Amino acid sequence: MKLVLAHQCEIIYEISNTNEMEPIKSFKGKTIHLPNTDVDTDQIIPARYLKVTDKKGLGDVVFYDWRYDAAGNPNPEFLLNKPHAAGATILVAGHNFGCGSSREHAPWALQGFGFQAIVSTQFADIFRNNSLKNGLLPIVVDKATHEQLLDLAVEDPDLQLEVDLETQTLTLPDGRRVEFPIDSFSKECLLNGVDELGYLMRQRDVIEEYERANGK
Amino acid sequence: MNGTPKTLFEKIWDAHVVSQNEGAPAILYIDLQLVHEVTSPQAFTELRNRGIKVRRPDRTVATVDHSIPTYARSLPIQDALAAKQLDIMYANARDFDIRIYDRMSDKQGIVHVIGPELGLTQPGMTIVCGDSHTSTHGAFGTLAFGIGTSEAAMVLATQTLLQRKPKTMNVRVDGTLANGVTAKDIILALIAKIGVDGGTGHAVEYSGSAIRAQTMEGRMTICNMSIEGGARAGMIAPDETTFNYVAGREFAPKGAEWDAAVARWKQLPTDDDAHYDAVVELDANALEPMITYGNNPGMGIPITARVPDPDALGDVHQKAALQKALQYMDLQPGKSLLGHPVNVVFIGSCTNSRIGDLRLAANVMKGKRVAENVRVMVVPGSQQVKRQAEQEGLDKIFREAGAEWREAGCSMCIAMNGDQLAPGEYSVSTSNRNFEGRQGKGGRTFLASPLTAAATAVTGVVTDPRSVLS
Repeated sequence: MKLVLAHQCEIIYEISNTNEMEPIKSFKGKTIHLPNTDVDTDQIIPARYLKVTDKKGLGDVVFYDWRYDAAGNPNPEFLLNKPHAAGATILVAGHNFGCGSSREHAPWALQGFGFQAIVSTQFADIFRNNSLKNGLLPIVVDKATHEQLLDLAVEDPDLQLEVDLETQTLTLPDGRRVEFPIDSFSKECLLNGVDELGYLMRQRDVIEEYERANGK
Repeated sequence: MNGTPKTLFEKIWDAHVVSQNEGAPAILYIDLQLVHEVTSPQAFTELRNRGIKVRRPDRTVATVDHSIPTYARSLPIQDALAAKQLDIMYANARDFDIRIYDRMSDKQGIVHVIGPELGLTQPGMTIVCGDSHTSTHGAFGTLAFGIGTSEAAMVLATQTLLQRKPKTMNVRVDGTLANGVTAKDIILALIAKIGVDGGTGHAVEYSGSAIRAQTMEGRMTICNMSIEGGARAGMIAPDETTFNYVAGREFAPKGAEWDAAVARWKQLPTDDDAHYDAVVELDANALEPMITYGNNPGMGIPITARVPDPDALGDVHQKAALQKALQYMDLQPGKSLLGHPVNVVFIGSCTNSRIGDLRLAANVMKGKRVAENVRVMVVPGSQQVKRQAEQEGLDKIFREAGAEWREAGCSMCIAMNGDQLAPGEYSVSTSNRNFEGRQGKGGRTFLASPLTAAATAVTGVVTDPRSVLS
């Protein structure tokens, strides 16, 4: 299986000249927490900002309605406006993060702010897919670990976590390591920065054969 | 029947797997991609950057719905960003040779209304769109689900997607709905029961006598909101109701092809003894009209029930979520929503904007006036629905009651186009999401059926539709 995956990724890698996704191996980053459950993508980026026709600048409007009041002034109580949030790259989020709309603008906006990974007990399906396509790592941990991470983030505003995708581990400041699951295909693709569109383009013969055989 | 019994989902899935390597996601063939102006521009840009054509323009159909104004089509679009987005959609459709129902088309409408209406949506198909409510099309026994923009580009380029097979869930709804209880109430009751994450990772199949008894429009309402329960897709096995709806529509098969298609479609329903990974049951006899009180579609109650108390919840995060919601909605636990004043009633969206929905609402509003100080917007799901309603005189009923009769679009469901609540305002809305700010920053949404919305339009306060139905 490993071989098949490696082979697939190699193919993708070879042809992915236009690939925009940087490979992810490991990184250490400032970690902040937003414990709200069921955060929907309308909160992550309100619909009125979906009139853009590219991906630029969306970091400025991530969580806009929680971040700014009606007059457009920053809400000092909101996480992203707190001084310690500057430079954060990892977000510990509540259960079922990213539910609701399929807008890929949500991961684009989170990445625009600087996030590289989101940690939760569960992600909504479409949000998780969209995140993986953009190299925003959705890390699923169990409830106990999640609670510990939330507590740590409360205690230490400068919490740093280390993510290692190869070994699928999160390393806490005390050196404790927590494993997280990720399917092998997504992992290989992220590690190599591969391009799924390029991969599918290479399947032209198989797709044509399917169309012929099925009268499509 | 050969081999292992299969579910409706498994039959469609298996028939669309182009290839499957162990440990990797399947390459799944997509029969139809629907495209709209908001989630597609970056996908077309990706194709342009790589010099790729749309592989199957004949399996790709576009319209504009999300950001277009619902005022008269003769008026120019005032929002420059929305206008630009439409221009880009039109340019992409032209350059990539894709059929488009533009703002001036007499077949334009919400993408999930026009697909079925034009006969593009047919049993056994796989359908995707950059929109989470694509699950609507599952009402026809299709596998239909929302995708992101990167995935939209993949389908444009290859007509396939890399997909992991979801698990299956059977939602059985048996019994008979009481007067005043509709398809919308079934799905709101289900989501209240399983929660907004209850269906995550699953393709849901709805079955049971209460589902069979639904019209195609009712079935679409139910499948539409599958995503609000977290499900990847929602589907209903095709039957005579389905075939009768599809027959004769513009893109439906005709003549001998129709007969062959129906014979194929009759093979789709789940085999006896097929296995589902999860089963949920709902008693239709016990259902009442539903209404939501909070900021996700799972925060719903029977309309005669009281707003729940956060202190009664054990889980600290659930408790915090409910507290936050009640604060945002400015509601008290233990109180009924009946009699709560509203500012706006919105009848529309891909959930409830079809002719059957408008008939239900018109029936309640006929010969009555909307309450003073309440804005009532009726937004048909498509221009075809609009014309049908006008032929039946429904527009007259709405206008004479003092409601606004508008052009087709997503309108105040997503509030991208200027149709929106002011901060602090309350709406009863037939749409699908009551998220904070969904209908306008600071706006507060009660989700309900067209019957409940119409009853509320007349009284100006949240009203049990059974109190106004004869």
